[in-house]
Amino acid sequence: MKVIYHLVIKEFLQILRSKFMIGVLTVAPVVQLIVFSSAANYDIKNLNIAIIDQDLSPASRLLANQLQGSKFFVFRGYTFSQKEAFDGLNHDKFDAVIEIPHNFERNLVRENHADIQILVNAINNTKAGLTNAYLTSIVQTFNQNIRTQWRATDQNPANQIETIPVNWYNPTLDYPTLMVPGILAELLSLLTMIFTALNIVKEKEMGTLEQINVTPVSKLQFISGKLIPFWIIGHIIFWTGLSVGRIVFHIPIVGSLLLTEFFIMIYLFVVLGMGLLISTLAETQQQAMFIAFFFIMAFILLCGLFTPIENMPRWAQILNWANPLAYFVKINRLILLKGAGIGVVLPICGIMAGYAILINSLAIWRYKKTA
Amino acid sequence: MLKGIIIKEFRHIRRDPRTLLILFGMPLLLLVLFGYALSTEIKDAPIAILDHAHDAHSYTLQTKLFSSGYFKLEKRLENEKQLDESFKDGKIKLAVVIPPKFGDNLQHNKKVYIQIIIDATDINLGTTLNSYVTSIIQDYQRQLNPVQQRFMQIDLKVRMLFNPELKSVYVFIPGVSALVLILISAMLTSVTIAREKELGTMEVISVSPLKTHHIIIGKVIPYLILSLINAVIILVVGIVLFKMPLNGSPLLLLLECLLYVLVALALGVLISVKADTQQQALFTSLLALMLPTILLSGFIFPVESMPWLLQQISKVIPATYFIEVIKSIMIKGGGLELVWKPTLVLAFMAIVLALVSIKQLKTRSK
Repeated sequence: MKVIYHLVIKEFLQILRSKFMIGVLTVAPVVQLIVFSSAANYDIKNLNIAIIDQDLSPASRLLANQLQGSKFFVFRGYTFSQKEAFDGLNHDKFDAVIEIPHNFERNLVRENHADIQILVNAINNTKAGLTNAYLTSIVQTFNQNIRTQWRATDQNPANQIETIPVNWYNPTLDYPTLMVPGILAELLSLLTMIFTALNIVKEKEMGTLEQINVTPVSKLQFISGKLIPFWIIGHIIFWTGLSVGRIVFHIPIVGSLLLTEFFIMIYLFVVLGMGLLISTLAETQQQAMFIAFFFIMAFILLCGLFTPIENMPRWAQILNWANPLAYFVKINRLILLKGAGIGVVLPICGIMAGYAILINSLAIWRYKKTA
Repeated sequence: MLKGIIIKEFRHIRRDPRTLLILFGMPLLLLVLFGYALSTEIKDAPIAILDHAHDAHSYTLQTKLFSSGYFKLEKRLENEKQLDESFKDGKIKLAVVIPPKFGDNLQHNKKVYIQIIIDATDINLGTTLNSYVTSIIQDYQRQLNPVQQRFMQIDLKVRMLFNPELKSVYVFIPGVSALVLILISAMLTSVTIAREKELGTMEVISVSPLKTHHIIIGKVIPYLILSLINAVIILVVGIVLFKMPLNGSPLLLLLECLLYVLVALALGVLISVKADTQQQALFTSLLALMLPTILLSGFIFPVESMPWLLQQISKVIPATYFIEVIKSIMIKGGGLELVWKPTLVLAFMAIVLALVSIKQLKTRSK
């Protein structure tokens, strides 16, 4: 135990000696957390629209006004030709163009039916889908209104089913509420995993690892001496980040913080074990960094924070069983937002503990073979 | 003299097959992984039904919901209390609550309310699922009374330009290419120079008759070639495997890739000049390049809805422009008339970064 204690102290001395490292461990995560959480917002507002009004009737003007008044759109002006509209779409000046054809009002009144053409820039499929949904709902409301106003009849549809959507656990659909814990989880995993990997590989590269190998320090002691400092630093990063999230973004914390801490304790061993494993696979810091990068990018993009896991193909969902970040994101939502209790959280912690043991044994086994 | 350095650098690279494998294998793996895994299409989302009615109408509605292919029935609930439990298990993403006497009321032309409860801890999924459920229910209602159709009806004819099938690959391939290229190019160069510094060989070189710009150019050219090969591989995979169109000129696309890689390499040189150790170089690349490229370039999150300050930051991120260029050339089939602006910005970035880093390296080595 005493040996490990001294190794830990040595490691802290080494880390604290470099101003750069202190910055990377303290300021960088906080700044990044704040910046990225403000950026991570799928709320699509300010869509640029243009209108081609070829009818210029009271009805078409009314519709144009309603489109312009919508909070989702920024009105970029009327264009009078399809070519101009297409050019605007091509140059990303407009996201959508609404074309109200000749005789729109006449057709609506006489033939009970009129068309509106919409051109949407669909390269970004999510954005296109939303643009379409917004436009559809505005036109439908408009349609309803003129039906009742112009015909003063109450030909209300015979059967009326109305749906009432209720958003639980995040009623205002606030993005930081979701993103702050998620991005914090990402930063935490990224920093601790890479730190561990680089730190050990550096000793390899510099030859100091061999020196340690000939001392009475056992390999297990050496590894503990490496993991414990980063385990402690991981805790500091997480709790600082969560406090910042609470203060800056007012994220709700419904569940138990003790339970969260319990999860973090286990979780950090998984990530650190991965760092350790990577260090045994790499000979240079560069290699270690690239391997770590590969895994982290895969973890980040697949963890369900940016695109729902439910939408992924079956094999990707299975891959996610091995993705520690996916569990972290899930736990965040369960504990912090839904206030889930120990019954729900314990099985996940169990999986994580198993994972930690597996990955660390694998790493230690590899380490004994290679170093 | 320049040739000598280039050959030396190539030997370094060749001697390290593991890095080469990572260099070419990693981008491919990432691309394939994300191309297939990141989809925004909904399939078999787990939902629950709380049916208070248990009549013919409520059953038909449920059949309609589950035959759509979007949902699968995870749980049939008995009472309101089970709702909270099921959401907390994380097993269901949405619950549909059908009120008592649903069919009865429908037949007597009364208004009925169906409650849709959404797990809003995942906003995107929640809103999308909600809109699917709502449209299925509306469809059902329309089937119930076809008569009231065609009364002052406005029809929307929507044309999805450039991407009529709304494929998400069109977003992910440009994004992942931009990410992978900048990481590989910038990190590789930053580390090679930092390593020479760390090992002390940089001092050896600086007392040789080589000029500073010789050193930099000699270091950069091998990685330029490697990165370009990488860019071509990525684009070919995108086109062949993921059916990305290539509507514009391949030559122009290649030149743009060259330009972007140059910016990335210049960034790498700048980082390495500033950093004293490989660790510093790697962490700076990581923190300054990876996350900003993922989050601020418009790859995942739309730049329009970011706060003003972040929109300005996204303007200095090279990937923002590169993604725009790739989309314009490959998907819209545009030429220089469409991409001259971002091209100029990238060129400007490349020149400024190169000048600054050469100047920095000179003062440092004196």
